[in-house]
Amino acid sequence: MWKLLKIELFKIFKRPRTYIAFGAIASIVVLIQVALKFDGRSYVDLLLSNVGDSFDMDDSFKDKLLSGYLICFVILNTLLIQMPLLVALVAGDSIAGEANMGTLRLSLTRPVSRTEFMLVKFTASVIYTLALLLWMAALALFGSMLIFGVNDMVVLRSTGIEQIEVSDVLWRYFAAFGYAAVALTTVSALAFLLSVFAENSIGPIIATMSIVIVFTILSEMNIPIYDRTVKPWLFTSHMVAWKGFFYVKADSEGSTIRGSIENLPAIWRSLSILLVYTFAFTGSAIWIFRRKDILN
Amino acid sequence: METVIEVKNLRKEFSELVAVDNLSFTVPRGKVYGFLGQNGAGKSTTIRMLVTLVRPTEGEIRIFGLDLAKHRKEILRQTGAIIERPDLYKYLTALENLKIFAGMSGSSTERKVLMDQLEMVGLADRAHSKVKTYSQGMKQRLGIATALVHDPALIILDEPTNGLDPQGIADIRNLILHLSRDKGKTLVVSSHLLSEMELVSDSMLIIDKGRKLVEGKVTDLFDPAETLVELRTADDAVFLSRLQGSLLNTSLHKTANGSIQLKMHRNDLNNIMGRLLELQVPILSFSARHSLEDYFLNLTSGPQHVEAFKN
Repeated sequence: MWKLLKIELFKIFKRPRTYIAFGAIASIVVLIQVALKFDGRSYVDLLLSNVGDSFDMDDSFKDKLLSGYLICFVILNTLLIQMPLLVALVAGDSIAGEANMGTLRLSLTRPVSRTEFMLVKFTASVIYTLALLLWMAALALFGSMLIFGVNDMVVLRSTGIEQIEVSDVLWRYFAAFGYAAVALTTVSALAFLLSVFAENSIGPIIATMSIVIVFTILSEMNIPIYDRTVKPWLFTSHMVAWKGFFYVKADSEGSTIRGSIENLPAIWRSLSILLVYTFAFTGSAIWIFRRKDILN
Repeated sequence: METVIEVKNLRKEFSELVAVDNLSFTVPRGKVYGFLGQNGAGKSTTIRMLVTLVRPTEGEIRIFGLDLAKHRKEILRQTGAIIERPDLYKYLTALENLKIFAGMSGSSTERKVLMDQLEMVGLADRAHSKVKTYSQGMKQRLGIATALVHDPALIILDEPTNGLDPQGIADIRNLILHLSRDKGKTLVVSSHLLSEMELVSDSMLIIDKGRKLVEGKVTDLFDPAETLVELRTADDAVFLSRLQGSLLNTSLHKTANGSIQLKMHRNDLNNIMGRLLELQVPILSFSARHSLEDYFLNLTSGPQHVEAFKN
């Protein structure tokens, strides 16, 4: 299995197309960092425009807000919505791309079981997803920490502003990236499943994105009947739950409690739903592929 | 004779279409087994079932004495195959492609072993070129190298001469004969080039509409009395007049394209050539054939077959 996985990773990382996603992430992150380096104050003013009247904020406080941690939060908010497309580029291509090239035929005449073949393909897609996230973490988190320095992190919520101590932030990012990895693996599993049905990778990539977009719209819509019946079960409703790691509990005096998470059970529940989706998508893909006639 | 492949009552349905119907055949060890049929006859579907790309609806396939449904991995470990086109990873080099398929087959991925394989198919000097720069013939040869990289005992080649020029076709023919005669491999080869099949096959199976028409040794399939000699002379009138009263005259006729045809027993060929020389009429061309194409067309007579095999 390890030998097959090495072969699969070799194929993925030898392909120029694989690096498009890395390039796209790097350019977006750098563009955001450059913009905020030179015009960060305007951005902070914009962010605070809704809550500015309630707080007395001097310029030095505003400068402190613009720390590497906040920049990373901004980048994650922007990028984690686009990441499914980048993930689908590889996962959607994993079976359909081989079918399109004709190499699926040749590969399946080798002494490798179809289940093994699929597990290796999926694992390679997950490793690619993790590599993308690590790349993003390196640029968005550590890059921003280097450029902007670190300070207490301020999280803007509809209820107001929360301040997290500087020493209480980094672990939250690790947890958030871990959660994002699971969320993106779910998207990867969906693209992987759709890839089994196609003989051209464009189809599963577009289909994955269409499903993610439709589900995201449904997740964001405020229609009471959907709130109770549909939304809680859409995987897209749970993809943004990584933000929960930055929502902290407050004590009776209104100060944030170090190391706390406001609603950990909700995060666990979201994580479980994502995992169920991931296993269902992957299991279905393997079950279908094991019975599929390879005719292309 | 020991059997490598044994197929019994094989059937494959695709919805309403019956692609293969009650097909049974056996492939002997160490021989080249030709697999013939027009387009859509069920040839490719059968070959795909032999390498587990397609699941049979009914029937049994035993390879090396093992049930393919239960011992897939053991069987494929000893089988090399190219199905239709040898599609490879175009963005990788020949050596990298070979390494991938050797690795998937569980065989050695040592550079020397792989280079030897490339040497055998004449691609050693292009080992580091990306496959996208290869000609069709080179891809075909690399495909064969990937099929042979784990030194399989059984080699299945579906249309191995597709898209090749005459030299490429001759190279593949020689390779097939080398693998069978010198290395003792068992080969199942399908091709629409009937004359090529005739040259390399020891025995063959002809199928039509998914059903077996005939199976047997190539030497047994043809009636030697049906050998056809076609010749052109410098002066047909003199030639024909000199044949008057000869026994040859009875089986002779002139074709629309101007050549003269004689039908005879294959064993009489030497005598006939001697007789023709005695007639002292310059012979411009002489060919004797009892081709598979004639046999096949007789077997499955109909214009659609003729058209299908004239390509």
